[in-house]
Amino acid sequence: MDVVFGAFPFMIDNVGLLLTKTGDHLVISLIPLLAAIVVGVPIGIWLGHAHRGEFLAVSVTNIGRALPSLALIAILIGFVGIGMLNAMIALFLLAFPPILSYAFQAVNSIDRDLTRAARGMGMSHGQVLLKVELPLGLPMIIAGIRTSAVLTVSSATIATIAGSGGLGDVILNQVAYGMEGVVAGAIWVAVLAILVDQAFALLLRVSAPAGVKRLQSTSVA
Amino acid sequence: MSDFAPAGDPVIPDYGQASDCVINNGAFCTDWFISQWSTVFWPPLISHIVMVAIAVSIGFVIAFCAGLLAYRKKWLAGPIGIAATFLYTLPPLALFQLLVPFTGLSLLTVEIALVCFTLVIIFQAVLVGLSGVPDDVRRAATGMGLDRNQLLFKVELPLALPSIVSGVRIATVLTVSIATIAAFVVDDGLGSPIIKAVSSPFNTQFIGAGALAVLLAFALDGLLVLLGRVLTPWTKARS
Repeated sequence: MDVVFGAFPFMIDNVGLLLTKTGDHLVISLIPLLAAIVVGVPIGIWLGHAHRGEFLAVSVTNIGRALPSLALIAILIGFVGIGMLNAMIALFLLAFPPILSYAFQAVNSIDRDLTRAARGMGMSHGQVLLKVELPLGLPMIIAGIRTSAVLTVSSATIATIAGSGGLGDVILNQVAYGMEGVVAGAIWVAVLAILVDQAFALLLRVSAPAGVKRLQSTSVA
Repeated sequence: MSDFAPAGDPVIPDYGQASDCVINNGAFCTDWFISQWSTVFWPPLISHIVMVAIAVSIGFVIAFCAGLLAYRKKWLAGPIGIAATFLYTLPPLALFQLLVPFTGLSLLTVEIALVCFTLVIIFQAVLVGLSGVPDDVRRAATGMGLDRNQLLFKVELPLALPSIVSGVRIATVLTVSIATIAAFVVDDGLGSPIIKAVSSPFNTQFIGAGALAVLLAFALDGLLVLLGRVLTPWTKARS
């Protein structure tokens, strides 16, 4: 019990250390996340727009979910070696499946009547995509990014064993920081994950188009 | 020949010869993997499976009861849902380390954390499955004279089964994944050969243990898909 209370003085004494590690942590987790967004969102949207590749999207999700993060990092140590690159590749592979499958579902599951109506009004394929499918699918695309963001922030703690730095350095170094430091690091990273999650939850609420919000509120009421 | 020449056996014993692959730390040395299977890989694999089995069974029992309760008492679903989301956001390693001051570096610590994660998923699967039963079906069953318990066991639960099975499936795969991280707390599971290999990096041990964990996740996932088909034969007939 003393250890848990000891964690808070540790945090105050070592704010500098924790903040530096948090910065590293965010860099390690956000760069792979960005890469996964850049690759995954367009592919997902394109497949969803064409209503093709459902099997691909579903299997990528299933495979991604089954990949144990530590195992992935370990396998990559064998091939890539120790270092930042290893952690980044591992986190990219973890972040990619949810983003792809959510982006695919976001566009694929839009009511076909809506897209047909848009086509009937004389919109081109590009306009249907940009003016109908993307605004309607945006909340779900962001939901996928949210899932992946939490996953990468959470898995980046383990990536420490590949020598990538970040808050995992504190959590897994009881010899240097003592049990107080370990608990402090754990609390710190848990709060960080919750903050990232809530930030995306906020973005999610903002991103829904006004018309959809009105629809949702009327259908609920 | 000098008087000091060693007589008989050499002083340094012969420990045998490692293969070129092992000496050069190749990506994956099959010979080493096979010869070390029974000491390095097999025991962690078994303890991993046991760890996952315990967590998923306990998590299932608790989540199933909680799901039924939340389904009957609707107001419970909100708070449990919020608690579940927060729990789900916690990095597994952080949860393990936060439990250590209370339950020590023990299997209990690991199981508490693992059960927490399975709980969240299975609870939601049970609730979604039960809520997804069409009202018409429920009314028809009530009209046929089924009481509340009969309705639950003969109509609602069978219809919710596909959702429950897929929840158990996701929970199992996730537990296999998180159980590798448990090796930071106890010397158990497939994570332990990985972590032991960090101090003296040997690629075969990294890749071997990592691949076993991935294969185990796929194997259990496949088994549960089969179980789902056996439990719900009617879904196949319908589609």
